[in-house]
Amino acid sequence: MSKQTKTLNLNFGPQHPAAHGVLRLILELDGEVVEKADPHIGLLHRGTEKLIEHKTYSQAVPYFDRLDYVAPMNQEHAFALAIEKILKIEVPIRAQYIRVLFCEIGRILSHILNITTQALDVGALTPSLWGFEERETLMTFYERVSGSRLHANYFRAGGVHKDLPRGLENDISDFIKKFPKIIDDLETLLTDNRIFKQRNVDIGVVSKQDALDYSFSGVMLRGSNVAWDLRKSQPYDCYEQMEFNIPVGTNGDCYDRYLCRVEEMRESVKIIDQCIKNMPKGPIKTLDGKISPPPKKVLKESMEALIHHFKLFTEGYRVNKDEIYTAVEAPKGEFGVYLISDGSSKPYKCKIRAPGFSHLQAMDYLIKGHMLADVPAVLGSLDIVFGEIDR
Amino acid sequence: MFSLQDLEKKINSELTTKINTSKINHSQIFINIDSEDLIDVILFLKNNENTKFRQLIDITAVDYPQKDKRFKLVYMFLSHEYNSRLVLECLINEDEIVPTITKIYPASNWMEREVFDMYGIKFKDHPDLRRILTDYGFEGFPLRKDFPLTGHNEVRYSEDEKKVIYEPVKLEQNYRNFDYESPWEGTKYINKNTKDK
Repeated sequence: MSKQTKTLNLNFGPQHPAAHGVLRLILELDGEVVEKADPHIGLLHRGTEKLIEHKTYSQAVPYFDRLDYVAPMNQEHAFALAIEKILKIEVPIRAQYIRVLFCEIGRILSHILNITTQALDVGALTPSLWGFEERETLMTFYERVSGSRLHANYFRAGGVHKDLPRGLENDISDFIKKFPKIIDDLETLLTDNRIFKQRNVDIGVVSKQDALDYSFSGVMLRGSNVAWDLRKSQPYDCYEQMEFNIPVGTNGDCYDRYLCRVEEMRESVKIIDQCIKNMPKGPIKTLDGKISPPPKKVLKESMEALIHHFKLFTEGYRVNKDEIYTAVEAPKGEFGVYLISDGSSKPYKCKIRAPGFSHLQAMDYLIKGHMLADVPAVLGSLDIVFGEIDR
Repeated sequence: MFSLQDLEKKINSELTTKINTSKINHSQIFINIDSEDLIDVILFLKNNENTKFRQLIDITAVDYPQKDKRFKLVYMFLSHEYNSRLVLECLINEDEIVPTITKIYPASNWMEREVFDMYGIKFKDHPDLRRILTDYGFEGFPLRKDFPLTGHNEVRYSEDEKKVIYEPVKLEQNYRNFDYESPWEGTKYINKNTKDK
């Protein structure tokens, strides 16, 4: 008697709650064991890069919010830095502090979402209920400073759009006093939870070498014991003045990545605290009238300001011919912008390097030989958001 | 620890003839090479003790329709050991087939697929050169400069056929691309006159 085996093709998604968006996975199964995974992406492709080529530099900023929509300002940061480096703009210290402050809030936003939905994927409902309440508080900070909870459009080349409204600093510092306790609470639900550990420990193990080969960055890299963080190694804005640690994992499995994210939230709290304590007074964007629009009051009195205002919102500022790649440490990994300017007020080319793209690429390598039930666990620990992968 | 200038010199002295131009811009090394040297140069950059660019950050292309060699293929590398970044560029013709680097960097698989999808550049010996971001059955290469921003087809749900159908794009109003570019500080002839005085 010969044993007959037949592989089963399973279509996972594109509308599946554990797919974290519109991912279609074609899985080849032998019984319950996954033999091959073929992710089909692009279901959320909006042609961001093409659209940016047809917009002025300031009109392009909102597109960056819509990439990784759980941490919008981190993306804007990369774009703003790219323009600033080409134009050689000095960013006022206060603006740098505000930007770092909100990038760290973005990091917490993203990590809460990821940790709690990863827990949800493996069967724990409560963390997401607790976590989302905190996200809501953080998003009101976004709203108070930029006018919207998600799509902030707040960072500008040369600084930020507006100064912090009165009282916001106090409210943020109240929040970060309470927040470590909330991380502790989340940890009591998950870190030593038997089921959570059974589902995550030794699942989706990435070796150091493979993490490098597959272009992993961020937590995916640090989970595999590579201490690499752009905020430390290639610091931008005022990260150099901040004191924080880089948590690294040892085994490179889903559980280590979860632990890394939890620790990173604690480090982010430290950075936010330092930002608020040390934030100087002063301008919040460059005073160069050719780049940042004049304040409303001046607009009523000065002809020159009026002309600047008109030119900035019709033609936009021009960026001299150059090319540059800038990267920031976004919550999900290295988020980069490769910008080619041609001297006009629109980018000639703007390639967006999304960390999730290379992480999802490794799905086949990560899941091979695991059970079908591990697919959501691995997917959850990759921290993918389709806004940035599909662009 | 080497400085970026030393690193540039080292790469130049080792690869000599293979490098057309090299420069340091915004603390990154930009190297321009010919497409036939691509594999050799990338292998060198990855494995050499003095360079160790072990992470491929991204691959992309730039379209210059008016130039003889239409596309510029761009590879971005990162070296953790030396904390440096390198941008490798090579100019290629529209119909040129470029060797794949999937054997050297597994991560290049999807990146090359994306370049193929967006620009139509083909990669020789690529294991799986399918479209990646665009729709199933999509035609054309969206990031080429001659591809219209509005695209060619649009989809909608048809109440008659009870399914989603594809139709040629119909716009209520044509896409308008205003030319706002006017001189910021006076016209050219005024500037010239004032400078002369």
